[in-house]
Amino acid sequence: MGGGMPVLGLRPPVPQVHEIVFRNFYTAFLSVRVQRPGPPGSRRWVTCLRDYCLMPCPHTEEGSQDYFSLRRHQMLCDVDQVTAVRFILRQPSPVWLHFTIEELQIFPPGQKSPQKDFPSWLSQLTPPEQPASLHRELPDPEKVSTEVQQMWVLTEVIRARQAAARIGRFDVDGCYDINLLSYT
Amino acid sequence: MKEPLAYMRKAQGSWEKRILKSLNSMCTELSIPLAQKRPVSEQKELLNKWNEMGTDEPDLSLFRPVYAPKDFLEVLMNLRNPNYENGEHPSFRNHLGLIQVPLKVKDIPELKEDFSELGLNIGQLGIDDSAQVPPEFFENEHVRVGQKVLAEQDSAAAQQYVRQGCPTALRADLWALILNISNQPEDILYYEQLKSNVIQHDLLVDSLIYKDVKLTASNDDYYFVFEDYLYQVLLCFSRDTAVLEHFTYSSATPPRSYIRGKLGMEEYAVFYPPNGVIPFHGFSMYVAPLCFLYHEPSKLYQIFREMYVRFFFRLHSISSHPSGIVSLCLLFETLLQTHLPQLFYHLREIGAQPLRISFKWMVRAFSGYLATDQLLLLWDRILGYNSLEVLAVLAAAVFAFRAVNLMEVTSLAAAEAVLADLSTLKVMPLLQIFLFATVT
Repeated sequence: MGGGMPVLGLRPPVPQVHEIVFRNFYTAFLSVRVQRPGPPGSRRWVTCLRDYCLMPCPHTEEGSQDYFSLRRHQMLCDVDQVTAVRFILRQPSPVWLHFTIEELQIFPPGQKSPQKDFPSWLSQLTPPEQPASLHRELPDPEKVSTEVQQMWVLTEVIRARQAAARIGRFDVDGCYDINLLSYT
Repeated sequence: MKEPLAYMRKAQGSWEKRILKSLNSMCTELSIPLAQKRPVSEQKELLNKWNEMGTDEPDLSLFRPVYAPKDFLEVLMNLRNPNYENGEHPSFRNHLGLIQVPLKVKDIPELKEDFSELGLNIGQLGIDDSAQVPPEFFENEHVRVGQKVLAEQDSAAAQQYVRQGCPTALRADLWALILNISNQPEDILYYEQLKSNVIQHDLLVDSLIYKDVKLTASNDDYYFVFEDYLYQVLLCFSRDTAVLEHFTYSSATPPRSYIRGKLGMEEYAVFYPPNGVIPFHGFSMYVAPLCFLYHEPSKLYQIFREMYVRFFFRLHSISSHPSGIVSLCLLFETLLQTHLPQLFYHLREIGAQPLRISFKWMVRAFSGYLATDQLLLLWDRILGYNSLEVLAVLAAAVFAFRAVNLMEVTSLAAAEAVLADLSTLKVMPLLQIFLFATVT
């Protein structure tokens, strides 16, 4: 039966947290709390991510098995000197039998996440921004031009990475004498 | 991204395995090899009658289509998410239709927003170009804008433009602009290369194509004249390894085989057919309507290939994509059930689940069911909105249009009879009324 609010706790390999990567399995909202040193001698829990939406429509499949990557600049608090991390999973819809997150990995700064293909500054996920209100003034041209530049570099990188090799060949050594189709 | 949901990938894999088994057994039963090199004399003969392959009457009685849409529907009906509460008893969790997977589909307010150019106060070809409407109101200006878009060769503007329909004279060029087909000399050369591949090797799949064309397009009043074109396109299509690239974003995987005697050795693995696509019953109907627009085989070929790798492949593979056939089926059922609940309930009660009737329309993108001018107006919108959702909306709109008759039937056969002939339907008024003029 769905519902409930599982909590996963773990200790990070290194006190600094740079990136958290995981694969979702039917969790709708994720909150993350970290334990950090507070007033001298004690430690306190601080929320660094509150109700981050993984499934926009919890009764349906959207986002249910997607991969997610959370970077430190998306977090509400400083994530250095972390001694423990808690993941609080919420799934309000009763239609799912189980929900969890899988393949959880925490990366300290300096260690690259699995996305190695393009420069890190291209893969930075920007925090959700408020849409610019144009009622008072025009948006800052510097900001607009950096955003446009980022997009242009991304398209250039993608274009440069077009694989020239074909995926398959019609025949091998001029021969297409084949057996039955393979099941594996 | 191929397909995020694990159970869908698994279902697609099982479905593919079934198709492969079917093809393999046909191969062994008939003792026909999957592929063989043609003897030189046969090559010469085929080259001579390349433009009139329709006159050939090979014995195809032993061949059968690998699968038909209704077999595929059975698979989709049995699709289940193992993590979903598929209870035995009807509850809010179970869908009332045949599709039982909880994909997100749009409702009418969202569709109205997405398809806003189909609104009541916006001119449409298919409505505002009828004989009773003076052309000064909309048609003349629309044609003028279309000519300008073509002169500018602006692909994005063309895509926006065709949402209101293409003038017949401009359609071929506008579609080519949207699909980025220019028919350069190297494209013609590529097509000639494929043609020579057809001449040199005979594939079992060729017989399936022949059979399909003979069973479907050749019997159709509108399309039988294009029989020869269909062979010229589909036989080349099977040899085109460029089509393999679409498998990077399709949930499907191309079938493989090994050179005789080298089973299991990767260097001797090839894809079969070379383009990785095994045709099913009705496949040739994806090509047939295009023959009205393009007469040069190489251009016709490229247009079809691009339409296939952008749209049609989603209609016969299992995925969670919003334009995939599973989502379209669920969208159709949800629209019908939400806006015509009495009709939906009635049809369910008499054993005539609506999807059983509309599935074949959607899998073929309505080709062969609508009159050709209406079909082309529909495909204008597929290109314009880059989505196949309009197929599901039209299917629901057709049911809404014939609702009165359908309420009186008492069996699946009778319901099929009410919906057997769609050739008199006008597509755009149906879509417009269903989306924008139905009281919800």
